[in-house]
Amino acid sequence: MNILLVAPVLVPLATLLLGILLRPRVRLVERLSIGGCSLLLLVGLALVWQAAGDVVLSGQLGGWPAPYGISLVIDRLSAAMVAISATIGLATVVYGVGHDCPPQVIRDFHLFVQGLLCGICGAFITADIFNLYVWFEVLLIASFALMALGGGKRHLAGTMSYMALNLFATLLFLLAAGLVYGTTGTLNMGDLALLVRAGETAPGTTAALSLMLLSFSIKAALFPVFGWLPATYHVPLMAVSALFAGLLTKVGVYALIRLVTLLWPEYGPAHEILLWIACATMLVGVLGAAAQSEVRRILSFHIVSQVGYMILGLALATPLALAGAVFYLIHHILVKANLFFIGGLAARICGSEHLAGMGGLYARHPGLALLFAIPALSLAGIPPLSGFWAKLLLVRASLESSVWWATAIALVTGIFTLLSMNKLWNEAFLKAHPQGEAALRTAGAHRCNWWSIAALALLTVAIGLGAGPVAEYASAAAAQLGDPQAYFHLLRTTEAR
Amino acid sequence: MEWMAAVTVGGLAGLGLWMLLDRNLKRVVLGIGVLGNAINLGVFTAGRLAGNGAAFANVGAAAANPLPQALVLTAIVIGFGLFVFALALLKRTRELYGDRSTDAVSAVTEEPAPDWQAGQEEEEPGSEEQREPRP
Repeated sequence: MNILLVAPVLVPLATLLLGILLRPRVRLVERLSIGGCSLLLLVGLALVWQAAGDVVLSGQLGGWPAPYGISLVIDRLSAAMVAISATIGLATVVYGVGHDCPPQVIRDFHLFVQGLLCGICGAFITADIFNLYVWFEVLLIASFALMALGGGKRHLAGTMSYMALNLFATLLFLLAAGLVYGTTGTLNMGDLALLVRAGETAPGTTAALSLMLLSFSIKAALFPVFGWLPATYHVPLMAVSALFAGLLTKVGVYALIRLVTLLWPEYGPAHEILLWIACATMLVGVLGAAAQSEVRRILSFHIVSQVGYMILGLALATPLALAGAVFYLIHHILVKANLFFIGGLAARICGSEHLAGMGGLYARHPGLALLFAIPALSLAGIPPLSGFWAKLLLVRASLESSVWWATAIALVTGIFTLLSMNKLWNEAFLKAHPQGEAALRTAGAHRCNWWSIAALALLTVAIGLGAGPVAEYASAAAAQLGDPQAYFHLLRTTEAR
Repeated sequence: MEWMAAVTVGGLAGLGLWMLLDRNLKRVVLGIGVLGNAINLGVFTAGRLAGNGAAFANVGAAAANPLPQALVLTAIVIGFGLFVFALALLKRTRELYGDRSTDAVSAVTEEPAPDWQAGQEEEEPGSEEQREPRP
């Protein structure tokens, strides 16, 4: 088996274990964690490079034949997701160096981030439903621990709500996996896709699969079941918030994309429902954001609304729309994590997270204002930044499918996003600080914070200016999603043996 | 055999859900445990119950399907881990809040964020003495 196939899981796992051995030496754990994330980023880039050459890595763990053993598949989408997760992971651990917390909190933060990355990368490369459940649990327990980090009243209260709702979603997933196995006799995604596409499934299969889609929707924070996200994402440490905002809901979106494109390649009732849900998600998220007046709460509601765009691409199910969804996924992870980083830094300098208690940042830190403008405008879809191209692909796809009302909702959501970014800009950056200039704490920013923010902003600009190659990669990834030969190939080769 | 398993799973799942909706935090955590066990049992039943057949013994057609057993074993182990975390969280939450109502807990997350003065974000009772200035 190719070592690159399992490297996305092995690298963070090894870093985690080594980190546990080095526990007493916090500085060393910090460096180790940064090194581990850099190595993971190299692995991700190698995977993207391989995938861009149309090589699909696949294999069976332990050599067990395909429908029974655990299959791993890394295609273009998986490779891109691993690379982007590693990027956010690296930015987060570097940003985390600048947190002023007790050393043991810093140490635990780095260890749990590695655990979280291990679970996330595992979920991206597996082609087996039960294995996907296991990776979900790995990333879930790491995320609980990260949420509770610091142990304060707010952290614990947030963890309690977060835990109850996410555990419920995961239990639903486990039940759905069991029922799917009961009705189809297989857990391999490729095998399952062949059965569903041929229509050779028992009547209960659709019900079991719907249950699975529901649990992914909770994880991705889609319209009726998004409540847990804005209720908890403003509670943990800033670096943790940013990591969650960037990656966690996207694992749910990834699972939805993977399963829906595998099982229902043609436009059908499932897509019809997803289309309505996507539009409702976009609108509700952005309207919810308008009602908030704390930086992280506003940004949390925006995550919900942005997830709607990706699901819109999935629901339309044309190659162009899927390419738009993949492009949006890549762009959104970078931009959203960066906005949380900047929000955290701005709040720390201003000494408050309320818009009313913030201000004067433009005069004192024009650099931060510029760095905020890049992801904020990108999120709203202003050319030539990355968000513009992602939205352009989706809008064109929805026009081509002649669902003009979805196009209208996507555009209106973009305008509302711009308005609430404008509100943040006016309140936090332009207006004078309510307690005067002296209230700004210049010492609040650590240089590591700046590095993470600047690097992610640079990436956003780079994607915006070099949109051609990224869009090409995304459309090739969409083509692979529409024709998942790797999944079926695995079954054929191992059966023939 | 199947109908007994189905009734048990349904009953346990209903009980778990009912406890999950309770105001008392202790019951919520126990509800997660009960629901988890109901679903483990459900996964096991979904893999078809095959009388007294042994899983791995070479006894021909009477052997039971070993895959659901492996799946459920994995799920049980993971479930233990999560349940222990939930219990630890419950203990700490009770120490901090005194009362055990879910409303009191969610009210805390609804409160506006406290204003930050010099890294107050991470400062909580009990953690101050270990704080060291970072360069």
